[in-house]
Amino acid sequence: MTVAASLKSKSIWPGITLRWSSATLIFALFVIISFIVIAVTIPLWSPYDPVGMAGRRLQPPSALHWCGTDALGRDVLTRALWGTRYSLPIAVFVLGVAVPVGVLLGTAAGFFGGIIDNAVMRLADVTLAFPPVLLAMAIAASLGPGLVNTAVALIIVWWPIYARLMRAQVLNVKKLDHVDAAVIAGAGRFRILFKHIMPLCWSPILVNTTMDVGLVILLASGLSFIGLGAQPPAPEWGQMVAEGASNFYSWWIALAPGMAIFLISISSNFLGDALRDVLDPQVKLPA
Amino acid sequence: MLEVVLRRLFVMPFLLLGIVTATFILAQFTKGNPLVSIIGAKALTNPEVVAAAKKRWGLDRSIPERYVIYVKNLARGDLGVSFRTKQPVLADLAQRLPATLELVICAMIVGAASGLLLGVISAQFHDRAADHAARFIALLGSCLPIYWLGLLVLFLFTVQLPWLPGPGRLDLRAEQIEPVTGFMLVDTLLVDSWNAFVDAALHLVLPALVLGWSVTGIVSRMVRASLLDVMKQDFITMARAKGASATRVLVHHALRNALIPALTILGFTFAYLITGSVLVEAIFSWPGIGSYAVEAARALDYPAITGVTIIGGLGFLIANLLTDIAYAAADPRMRGAAA
Amino acid sequence: MKIGDMTAIPEPLLEVRDLRIAIPGRQGEHLAVANIGFTVASGEILGLVGESGSGKSLSMLAVMGLLPAGMRASGSIRFKGQEILGLPERQMRRLRGGRIAMIFQDPMTALNPVLTLGAQIVETIELHNPSLSSRELRNRAIELMELVAIPAPDKRFDQYPHEFSGGMRQRIVIAIAVANDPDLLIADEPTTALDVTIQAQIVDILNRLRREKGVAIALITHDLGLVAGLADRIAILYAGRIAECGEIGAVFQRPRHPYTAGLLAAVPSIDADVARLYAIRGTPPSLADRPPGCQFNPRCPFALPRCAEYNPEFRRFGETVVACHRAEELNLASDTADAR
Repeated sequence: MTVAASLKSKSIWPGITLRWSSATLIFALFVIISFIVIAVTIPLWSPYDPVGMAGRRLQPPSALHWCGTDALGRDVLTRALWGTRYSLPIAVFVLGVAVPVGVLLGTAAGFFGGIIDNAVMRLADVTLAFPPVLLAMAIAASLGPGLVNTAVALIIVWWPIYARLMRAQVLNVKKLDHVDAAVIAGAGRFRILFKHIMPLCWSPILVNTTMDVGLVILLASGLSFIGLGAQPPAPEWGQMVAEGASNFYSWWIALAPGMAIFLISISSNFLGDALRDVLDPQVKLPA
Repeated sequence: MLEVVLRRLFVMPFLLLGIVTATFILAQFTKGNPLVSIIGAKALTNPEVVAAAKKRWGLDRSIPERYVIYVKNLARGDLGVSFRTKQPVLADLAQRLPATLELVICAMIVGAASGLLLGVISAQFHDRAADHAARFIALLGSCLPIYWLGLLVLFLFTVQLPWLPGPGRLDLRAEQIEPVTGFMLVDTLLVDSWNAFVDAALHLVLPALVLGWSVTGIVSRMVRASLLDVMKQDFITMARAKGASATRVLVHHALRNALIPALTILGFTFAYLITGSVLVEAIFSWPGIGSYAVEAARALDYPAITGVTIIGGLGFLIANLLTDIAYAAADPRMRGAAA
Repeated sequence: MKIGDMTAIPEPLLEVRDLRIAIPGRQGEHLAVANIGFTVASGEILGLVGESGSGKSLSMLAVMGLLPAGMRASGSIRFKGQEILGLPERQMRRLRGGRIAMIFQDPMTALNPVLTLGAQIVETIELHNPSLSSRELRNRAIELMELVAIPAPDKRFDQYPHEFSGGMRQRIVIAIAVANDPDLLIADEPTTALDVTIQAQIVDILNRLRREKGVAIALITHDLGLVAGLADRIAILYAGRIAECGEIGAVFQRPRHPYTAGLLAAVPSIDADVARLYAIRGTPPSLADRPPGCQFNPRCPFALPRCAEYNPEFRRFGETVVACHRAEELNLASDTADAR
């Protein structure tokens, strides 16, 4: 059965595969780049003041207000556009701290083993023993509501995932023959770590980080939605959906911010998938 | 199998202690003054009232002392008294747990069933249009902000198209059901009220679908990957060589094997469902632990928050334990390992 | 001349003619099997020999109707006179495991790890005899386990594959294959994954099955020793084509295709006092990049210009057929010895 097994039963229309994956990639890049551009340039061309009255209260979508106005007469589209300035930085900040910390600790745990490994992994175990939202809520609640505290909470929740992932990677790579060869050749510990192990560990980290952008934004806006993250009148997406929820019959208030969260989160997934196809790291089971 | 489960059981107390310690440390960081929520901002200027309240809530002891008291209390099942409801946290939680469990169980069924279906479709039509469609549907569930989706479907199916009842567990105008088990679907049947049962079930539809859809992707990805892996195995060709039909091969041979690794994510799914239930309960006014947690967090009611966090952690540990047991029971190779 | 015409036997059990199997690739289709034909008579053992990629396993999967998705077979496969290539799935299922059964190469992967061995034997009986009671099924399965010499079958019935050794598992695989008294058994390298001592036992079982049950066997292998010990006739495949096909003694004594001669010379022999082992130079062609003419010509020590120009016709020498331009002139038994 070697013949059969080696043969990937490719589709009857290989064209669809190609088109689908490149379409999703183009879509993802388009969304992500436009969101970044919006976040950077919005003060220059903002249609209305994001926190000031722009028209009458609770107006449904119209030519003047494409996504309507909220309970305070603010333009929903304007606020949703400004929302990029909250969600994108928070994702960058959370992952910018959690990933390096996790990677560093995970590498140390995997490479040195022993007491370092035990200390790091037990700490990770305890952190991962909580459903993430509850821990984040507890942290955010005890630090006090606010965007920065939400970010801190998410960092605490997120680093162990990367510590585990990196540790597993390092342990896998450590077993490979070329590492043994380097040891036999008399390479120093750190040379082995940096030259022979770490370069082979990056791809799953990269793929995971890309996919987690969406998850961080989802969770951060979720915390804002329940009142622990960004506080009014900040035009943060989760907080805007909460405003929409309290004006239930004005469905348009929540529409744009929710759509924005969805777009960025599905784009980060598509981009992560594309990266995985390119880098082809082993598919990891969720731990 | 026994070994795995025993090891899990052995580390559980340590993890629990870790959880408790972590929540206690967190509580010490509390910036907002909890006294405000106990006695109100105006009374803060009255030293006698403040002192009495501090004493009553144990806030005047030293931190290590409080830790010891805290752990001892927890060991007795005393999670403290909520600042907000003035009720023991455990009683609050016990009262609200069934609602959350009912929702989470229904959502788990929705998520597992839809994930299984989409995963099988994906694997059967590997890399074809149906595969992409199935994966996209699953991905939507995990990318749509669940509280927003909840809001939209609530608006759509109760206001625009009034097919389903609004938020809550039962129609407020209907006769209320005295809780026995706390599970509305069971309680309504216990009092022989078929109408109330239908009402409760209809109230469950939207939140369970929304919450379940959020984990469809996790399940379907796992089923797809593991089914694709199994379908390449020799014993699948062998089963066909015996003359078994494609359906029989899929159900009897492939799925049986593919579901074993897929079982491992059930515990993980539980963490997602808890996360989702916090947000879904908030949208659907579901009187469960999730909305309790939100109310507690907003009021800086930290005994309540800590209580929820500990119960959540405990629930997660139990879910993982059950996953291990299910995994071991499903795989004869694991059973053999114990013998 | 087509190779199917070679056999003198009036109605062979299995007759494969002009079989082609196309694999979809990035740039169009490749032929994994370019033109294969052979026959298996009732009660006969035919050895199909070739390197991996020569198309031997694929051809047999085509006979079973179990080609991997995407592959297409054309030509003719007749079983008991009936064309079975392209037979509707429902009818094909009745043949599979019933009249035609298969023994898989690797007993470690051929059994379903989560079902008991008993259940797996019972399944194949039940699929073809749905009316049997569970008692009868169990008895029949235990008889089969006895047939392949499984000790204490009554106890073993409820065990799982991981509790069995490789050799024991292969016996179960064989028991499953012969469960419904098939007319034709396709054995895909049935001994490759086993220890030498176990190999001998399996060969023994196969021999006994043929003797006692009169089952015909198509034995796929690259082990010439196994073929020599078991087979009546041999078909040698190279790059998806038949190179040589004939009665075993004749082919072994006087190989007429340079590839056959090379294979035989590559078998280490205790009698021959050679300093180094013979190896055919080069590697088989890739499917995507087939050489023109005779597929073997780039590696053939006797190749002439015309060998690279067009494909050789089949030539008949008694019961042997050969696809070589120079089959008449070469005396390979001695020439290959000289080439050493």
